[in-house]
Amino acid sequence: MSSTPASPLRLAVALDGTGWHPASWREQVARPRDLFTAGYWADLIAEAERGLLDFVTLEDGLGLQSSHYGELDGRTDQVRGRLDAVLTAARIAPLTRHIGLVPTVITTHTEPFHISKAIATLDYVSSGRAGLRVQISARPHEADHFGRRTFPPLSLQELQTPAGQQRLTEHFDEAADHVEVVRRLWDSWEDDAEIRDVTTGRFIDRDKLHYIDFEGSHFSVKGPSITPRPPQGQPLVTALAHQTVPYRLVARQADVGYVTPHNTEDAREIVAEIRAEQERAGRADELLHVFGDLVVFLDDDQAAAEDRRARLDALAGEPYSSDARIFAGTPAQLADVLQELGESGLSGFRLRPAVAGHDLPAITRGLVPELQRRGAFRTAYEADTLRGLLGLGRPANRYAATA
Amino acid sequence: MSKPLKQIHLAAHFPGVNNTTVWSDPEAGSHIEFDSFAHFARTAERAKFDFLFLAEGLRLREQGGKIYDLDVVGRPDTFTVLAALAAVTEHLGLTGTINSTFNEPYEVARQFASLDHLSGGRSAWNVVTSWDAFTGENFRRGGFLPQKERYSRAKEFLATANELFDSWHGDEIVADQATGVFLRDAKAGSFVHAGQHFDIHGQFNVPRSPQGRPVIFQAGDSEEGREFAASSADAIFSRHATLTDGQAFYTDVKNRLAKYGRRNDQLLILPAASFALADTDAEAEELAREVRRQQVSGATALKHLEFVWNRDLSSYDPEGPLPDIDPDVSDNHISKGRAQVRMYRDPLATAREWRELAAANHWSIRDLVIHTGNRQTFVGSPSTIARTINDYVQADASDGFILVPHITPTGLDTFADKVVPLLQEQGVFRTDYEGPTLRHHLGLAHPDEAKASDERAAS
Repeated sequence: MSSTPASPLRLAVALDGTGWHPASWREQVARPRDLFTAGYWADLIAEAERGLLDFVTLEDGLGLQSSHYGELDGRTDQVRGRLDAVLTAARIAPLTRHIGLVPTVITTHTEPFHISKAIATLDYVSSGRAGLRVQISARPHEADHFGRRTFPPLSLQELQTPAGQQRLTEHFDEAADHVEVVRRLWDSWEDDAEIRDVTTGRFIDRDKLHYIDFEGSHFSVKGPSITPRPPQGQPLVTALAHQTVPYRLVARQADVGYVTPHNTEDAREIVAEIRAEQERAGRADELLHVFGDLVVFLDDDQAAAEDRRARLDALAGEPYSSDARIFAGTPAQLADVLQELGESGLSGFRLRPAVAGHDLPAITRGLVPELQRRGAFRTAYEADTLRGLLGLGRPANRYAATA
Repeated sequence: MSKPLKQIHLAAHFPGVNNTTVWSDPEAGSHIEFDSFAHFARTAERAKFDFLFLAEGLRLREQGGKIYDLDVVGRPDTFTVLAALAAVTEHLGLTGTINSTFNEPYEVARQFASLDHLSGGRSAWNVVTSWDAFTGENFRRGGFLPQKERYSRAKEFLATANELFDSWHGDEIVADQATGVFLRDAKAGSFVHAGQHFDIHGQFNVPRSPQGRPVIFQAGDSEEGREFAASSADAIFSRHATLTDGQAFYTDVKNRLAKYGRRNDQLLILPAASFALADTDAEAEELAREVRRQQVSGATALKHLEFVWNRDLSSYDPEGPLPDIDPDVSDNHISKGRAQVRMYRDPLATAREWRELAAANHWSIRDLVIHTGNRQTFVGSPSTIARTINDYVQADASDGFILVPHITPTGLDTFADKVVPLLQEQGVFRTDYEGPTLRHHLGLAHPDEAKASDERAAS
């Protein structure tokens, strides 16, 4: 058996309901009635693990899904409703052994203290395979679910105006503070803080526990965490980014950023911008992965993939559009695209299966073997932790280092 | 005709952060690794227990301005570990203690509804309240509440969460692939709540879960806590585990149900109980003493005395006599993040009483703390403990017990192997689960059935 010395390409899959196409639930393979059961998610993630993928991300949100950015759409012909992503990941963790589990967490309305211990605990229950994908919510109707703040109406177009950009900047600054608190809390216990010293009766060495004393413009948090430092030290932090403001969050706080280039030129520019921001943030010497996001329709021949896409568009009543590039074709063609994009500085990809029940198996049974044949993907899991799979070391504890 | 035998309910409290947990025992394992939780949960399920119970603490305890280091420190996130335990068990109920002060109803409701879906209907919520600014320092909402408002917030929090759980009725998801109708109703999950503590509206995004709502526990012992339980809870996690205290509490709380239109069997009383189990009663007595000494080291004894004295007593010898000086009765307490200190409402009187006790018995500080502290609820051989538990339940001191072993994670193993079979032989404890959900185990109706039966009774 040949082994790849280092995985030149890394692959994640983004799971959302029955798939990313809004009519995906109508496909025979879709199992829409099982969406709210553990078994549905266990089967999908087991399939991803069979394909030796680095990790799966799970979408989430603090309101019903909508085809409009800033408001509910009142539609009844698409999947609506979802389970909490962190809990879903935790439910699947004991059933898997290698694959990383990266649920979405909304930073806008949640407590960083709760999120920090939740992801630390996901890291414990998965033995070092946890991460999170941070997302903001500027949606007024989601703010109304909490009643603590009121956000004015907004649309995707308005986000491009200076006022919209200002609002985005505030949300992402808050997200950066949120992640800072989450990360400090993970370090608030040194690894060897538990001593169980029977002679003195001390369970911990309290000098190895640290107040984080975070003071920001949005909130302050004292610490330490109630949960000891997780197995990976720092679970994986990831974020999706489409423009400068979120690129900055990726550069400041993330281990993996997901971006949406439509060609190699795009990809090169985005990667350059993120690297510049990374340097500005003083992280130039840290490994930061930039993954390309693609929506994929995969079939044995290109016509079949395109036909399937057309059939789903007809069912949906409109052509599917996405922030990410949409690919319809064969696994070999997709492998070509990924390798070409990979030369522009992307170190991996997060694929969004158009129909989870169809395109995920097409990734694991079609694309993965194709990449393996080309020596571009692992043939066995080579590490026990998610950071390990991504070539990220176990970081030193920021508080131990300064002690 | 004699009264029919009551069926006993049993649950397992994970022994983590708790001053009865003996971490110094060679058998004591990790309090944070998932294997410990999985072992504990599987033991409880093997013994056909009703549920597993997790406590909460949102800030590490401090004493004298320093993190308290003598007990187990550190615990996982409750929701996350319960969701993972749902993967390694099939029937066991999963009860999490979740604070109503440092959370928001929308988020907590979707976490419990999700846990209920992911466990096939096994979730339960022990609703607790806090008010201290000390814990609030860990939260962006900061804050805290005036003590008198904590139950009003808790009640409104629970009422709001119930509105969210009930915002989906269970028949909205059609998912008809042929016609393309996913949802029957575009307004599924709609809610409006305008109250003193919460003013929220919109659409909840988790469909109706198998149990409709999680089973609701309440743990407070105050007058307000008892009323809250009588009006809104399915079960009480109480601390009245002796026969006479238990009976008094049981009668008091059950008598409050009628005014809320509820029957006696709609609220279960489940006290926490510790145990020392050995082959013979004599060996169990010896074990009980030994465990008490393990639980109360010299250092722990001094710290415990500080709860009452409210002073730094580190210069005292735990093997020596009690302090001559009186407790500091000012409001600013030396111990933070701990409910226990509120048990001593008159520290001067307690100090006087303890000095007299110690003098009369020639007790050191450590002896005194060992003797005045809680002895194990049940001490004896398997048959003694089985008999005592059954006697207490049949005498209406409780409807069962939430057992708190002192060793993680194996502290329940012997109980499961030796005591449970005796209760099963007596016909007072299930030999197998009779239904899939925690409501089945506890004999509680699904909220929809309960509502329908109330409506029938009223018509």
